[in-house]
Amino acid sequence: MTAKLIHGYEVVIGFETHAQLATQSKIFSRASTAFGAEPNTQASAVDLALPGTLPVMNREAVACAIKLGLALGSHIAPESIFARKNYFYPDLPKGYQISQFEIPVVQGGEVSFYLGEEKKTVRLVRAHLEEDAGKSLHEEFHGMSGIDLNRAGTPLLEIVTEPDMRSTDEAVAYAKALHQIVTWIGICDGNMQEGSFRCDANVSVRKPGGPLGTRREIKNLNSFKNMQQAIDYEIRWQIEQLEDGHKIQQATVLFNPDTGETRAMRTKEDAADYRYFPDPDLPPLCIAPEWVERVRAAMPELPRAMAARFVAQYALPEYDATTLTQSQAMAAYFEDAAKGCGAPKLASNWVMGEISRRLNAEEIGMEAVKVGSGQLAQLIARIQDGTISNNAAKQVFDALWTGEGQDVDAVITAKGLKQMNDTGALEAIIDEVIAANPANVEQYRAGKDKAFNALVGQVMKASKGKANPQQVNELLKAKLA
Amino acid sequence: MNNTDLHHLGVAQLAALLRGKQVSAVEAAQHFLARARAHQNLGAFLAIDEDVTLAQARAQDEAIAAGRAAPLAGLPIAHKDVFVTRDFPTTASSRMLAGYRSPFDATVVTRLAEAGCVTLGKLSCDEFAMGASNENAAVAPVGFDAPQPARNPWNLAHVPGGSSGGSAAAVAARLVPAATGTDTGGSIRQPASFCGITGIKPTYGRASRYGMIAFASSLDQAGPMARSAEDCALLLSQICGPDPERDSTSLDHPGEDFTRSLQDSIAGLRIGVPAEFFSDGLQADVRATVESALQEYEKLGARLVPISLPRTELSVPVYYILAPAEASSNLSRFDGVRYGHRAAAYTDLLDMYKKTRAEGFGDEVKRRIMIGTYVLSEGYYDAYYLQAQIIRRMIADDFQAAFQQCDLIAGPVAPTVAPQLGAQTDPVTSYLADIYTLPASLAGLPGMSVPAGFGAGGLPVGLQLIGNYFQEGRLLNAAHRLQQATDFHLQAPRGI
Repeated sequence: MTAKLIHGYEVVIGFETHAQLATQSKIFSRASTAFGAEPNTQASAVDLALPGTLPVMNREAVACAIKLGLALGSHIAPESIFARKNYFYPDLPKGYQISQFEIPVVQGGEVSFYLGEEKKTVRLVRAHLEEDAGKSLHEEFHGMSGIDLNRAGTPLLEIVTEPDMRSTDEAVAYAKALHQIVTWIGICDGNMQEGSFRCDANVSVRKPGGPLGTRREIKNLNSFKNMQQAIDYEIRWQIEQLEDGHKIQQATVLFNPDTGETRAMRTKEDAADYRYFPDPDLPPLCIAPEWVERVRAAMPELPRAMAARFVAQYALPEYDATTLTQSQAMAAYFEDAAKGCGAPKLASNWVMGEISRRLNAEEIGMEAVKVGSGQLAQLIARIQDGTISNNAAKQVFDALWTGEGQDVDAVITAKGLKQMNDTGALEAIIDEVIAANPANVEQYRAGKDKAFNALVGQVMKASKGKANPQQVNELLKAKLA
Repeated sequence: MNNTDLHHLGVAQLAALLRGKQVSAVEAAQHFLARARAHQNLGAFLAIDEDVTLAQARAQDEAIAAGRAAPLAGLPIAHKDVFVTRDFPTTASSRMLAGYRSPFDATVVTRLAEAGCVTLGKLSCDEFAMGASNENAAVAPVGFDAPQPARNPWNLAHVPGGSSGGSAAAVAARLVPAATGTDTGGSIRQPASFCGITGIKPTYGRASRYGMIAFASSLDQAGPMARSAEDCALLLSQICGPDPERDSTSLDHPGEDFTRSLQDSIAGLRIGVPAEFFSDGLQADVRATVESALQEYEKLGARLVPISLPRTELSVPVYYILAPAEASSNLSRFDGVRYGHRAAAYTDLLDMYKKTRAEGFGDEVKRRIMIGTYVLSEGYYDAYYLQAQIIRRMIADDFQAAFQQCDLIAGPVAPTVAPQLGAQTDPVTSYLADIYTLPASLAGLPGMSVPAGFGAGGLPVGLQLIGNYFQEGRLLNAAHRLQQATDFHLQAPRGI
């Protein structure tokens, strides 16, 4: 497919994502990484860069890099190098950031996802391990700045793509797909508000077939909504500039969610010379094949593989399988319910429908779901065996969700929702309805289907909704024949 | 034992007296503290704290009394001021860290404390260990109001060498039985040579760098400085060992009792003598002294083997690219934000950085930061830093080729005896004088200086011994054998 053009321009987007790794301690020290502690209480001598301190690699962070590499089909470098990125800033205690430059730990790989019906693949350049800086706090210090070094030394993986994306939608879909993977394999909590998953988008536009345009890097995209707005705005802005005969200057821009605009922070001219060189305090990071295999053995089934299995094993449509594998919790819930009731498509409908609706409405996650997968399985089984109707099932579900009842059968009994399966009693009601509605009977016999529906409705009403509609249909047709 | 003579004892003898309760740790500490005070004109000490020292000594006496004496229980030592210490200030001889106190001890300090050593104080050095004369010291020594270099006890008008000049001066003047030093490009060996004492730098990675204020991380190594090889062996046995939890460059190589091989015979030992170490720049007095020491080895049954280290001259430019490159980055943390000196007045962040660093660092430190920044800059990196790394590897390979022909290498430590204070004004001339110590540093090999006699003006001359990786035991053995046949290491400066 050719890329969608905007005013005759092709959009080119690449991503750099900083995923904060879900390790207990920092990448080069033993201080805790927990979010939200009092300023500077989680900064050790190493994090403060006190004289004489040295970095020691956290193996857990390396395991996270290996997991990502395995999940994305990347090459995991058997030997990678830590380098120092030198610059002065008050929240960078050593005056340099330990990162990887020439030889990163994760090389290549790809992220695939669906954009509507179309499968997209974004190629990765690399993912490298590095440490986060602290935070500068400019408010509440009356003309001075406060420094909080709790975050200094927090492990990050910086994940860099090729400029493979051709629209905002594709870029956002990529970011969501990457977010799904890092949370799925458990290396990142994915909390964008707290900065655990930070995306920078490199955006440029060009005439189709032309050379790549000059890019501007949008920083600080801390929600998918902001991402969409910011990239859209940036594309429009760049096209306007070019149409007005201006050139785009390479720059780093910040998105302001309040105005919906991007604004240049610094241009290439003020770009620092970081004087990268291999960090003499850290030997090359060596990853033996055995380590990779140990991590591989402990890896969960990945979302794409699981979705394919759902299609094959449960005969689910591709759409259902993709939706259910958005998170590990939802997939696991579905699978439990499907196995419990033996009706996978019904289970899928309930999970994607009623369950998702309730979770969204209450803004809670699957971990706080109020109807267990076992309860749902039992509920579906009662629909399957004809005990209750679909409508009745929704009432039962509501009772389970609100905590009014716990046991499906007990709720059905308590609420008197059991369908009427006694043919004799039903026939008596049908006879009464036929006798009481001669006009409808006549119209039906004259070929009007609507009249039949009216009679079914009367029977259902007379049975207080407990009649099985299918059975009513059959008996009514037989009696009117 | 006459306590007034304690300072003439070596580490081994003094440790034996302490463990035998013939001298108490407190008595020993008081004796050496008194000597440090009496000789404070040497400018060797930057910090002394009698209360701290005597408290440590009392604790050792209690341990000895309780039968829990550690191997060096009660032995007084002092640390070069680049080792951070909880109980004493640590300045690295820089205004930048005036009054700084570390919340933790360096691993070397901890290990020696665990071995029973009592800390007498902190010793002067060139600022951030950058220098070869101690004249770059920027902190006033004990007894002085203004910064002063430590003096050479053999002649107070001469430098003690550097950067571990305070350590060498204090040991030579018998103010301490032993001291720690650090060696990046010769900073243990050269002052040991200038002051007539024995000092050893182990294989890179054998001593933990944790708590050593970094100058050039890929070169810095800690080591002991004492009067004899035996004393160095006792201390080095305590210093070496893996420290994987704190220093990633610490080697996974077990510690060793270096005293066990001291007495081994050196008959048949092949001593390589590199032609390049006897080039034109070597002063005649030093050459004659070193050659006589080599002849002494022949008498002891060793065999001299002519060898070549063809890139010896290149070690100077290579070192003065790599060491400043690492230093420029290592010293970035001294920015006035979290600790150390901060300019009193400034207009904004950049101004704060500039003023703080302009005031806090001395000229030589600034010079190296600038050189290092330059060689790492975009467009220059490949021509300088990368090229230097390639040659560094070749220098290491040259040593491996040489060690095919010999068991250890011997030569001068420095081209001259200790110069006069103030005699060296051109930094490049001073850099060139490091030529004999730099190759082993760049290769990460163990090296030592052993007193070999006296040269011009009666000033000491050291013999340098370089071993292959992990051959510290053999170096100390060869040095000990020489010291059993000679008495240079036993001679004391006049008035000591």
